[in-house]
Amino acid sequence: MALSQMTILEILKYPDPRLKQESDVVEVFDDVLREFVISLEETMRAGPGGVGIAAPQVAYLQRIVIVDVSARKNTPNNGCMVLINPELIEWDGLKSGREGCMSVPDFTGNVVRAERITLTARDINGEACEFSCEGYEARAVQHEIDHLNGLLFLDRLVSRRNDLFKRKKYK
Amino acid sequence: MNHWYMLTVVGEDRPGIVAHLTHALYEGGCNLGEASMMRLGGNFSIMLMVQSEETKHTLESLIEPVVDSLGLHAHIDKIKGRLHEHQIPDVRIHVYGADRVGIISQVVGALTEAGLSITDLESDVCGTEDMPIYVMIIEGHAAEGVKALRSALDIIANSGVDARIEEIETMIG
Ligand SMILES: [Zn+2]
Repeated sequence: MALSQMTILEILKYPDPRLKQESDVVEVFDDVLREFVISLEETMRAGPGGVGIAAPQVAYLQRIVIVDVSARKNTPNNGCMVLINPELIEWDGLKSGREGCMSVPDFTGNVVRAERITLTARDINGEACEFSCEGYEARAVQHEIDHLNGLLFLDRLVSRRNDLFKRKKYK
Repeated sequence: MNHWYMLTVVGEDRPGIVAHLTHALYEGGCNLGEASMMRLGGNFSIMLMVQSEETKHTLESLIEPVVDSLGLHAHIDKIKGRLHEHQIPDVRIHVYGADRVGIISQVVGALTEAGLSITDLESDVCGTEDMPIYVMIIEGHAAEGVKALRSALDIIANSGVDARIEEIETMIG
């Protein structure tokens, strides 16, 4: 795609109420969707993290996320995943890690996520697909799927002190 | 003109300290910023950024009734800091061991020498009275890389302290 056609979309910032809304299932897989996904990916790559984005972050309340952690060193990954109507079907292991969000500038905090997940989704052509993710990639996918359900990482913050006590209890 | 102040409050823990103090500040037209409040050894401690048009002296009189009635000690400093100055830490160090004199100083000294700048430190003494255990979690920025910190920790580990370091990878999505 030519540079002149690229569109960087505006990222909604909390407390925009649209970030707390549930997104709709995508039913039509057409050129409009394809063009939107191209812009969404450009917007993701232009952001501070550049590893994940969800459609509601650009005010498009449809169940679409993109995750691509392949540029990071030593990070198991599935390349660039365009996930439409994604559903977690399996998850295993819990790990606390630090997250931030393009929709919540200047704040990072600890969130507990599943370490390994399996998900199903549709690809850009509406074909069913399945992915297994771990670690950093699994974290990014869970963060983005939360956006589709109107949840921010702020809804899942844990303090380090809590984290310590949990470990004391369960180990 | 709005100034930022750092309000430090310490006193024996009892119900209502935070509620009464923040109420007095709110009534006095203050804006509150970042804060760390914690119960430490049966005392309650508060570090709180307060933004106000008033002078330090006026702020002191504003909280005086609460401070006096709850038996607290308060201290106010005008600070240069402001909001939105967050630093994202890139390492976390967990340390624990049988409590003994000098443990923090030894660990932190070695890490600082290896390039660590601390953004956050929390520590607890637990275990029993006759066998206390020291637990500490430090977060910070490794200016000279994680490898340098690992070498420093290896030396510490030889002195009977359990220490491990993990890189903090912040996922922004
Ligand atoms: Zn996000």
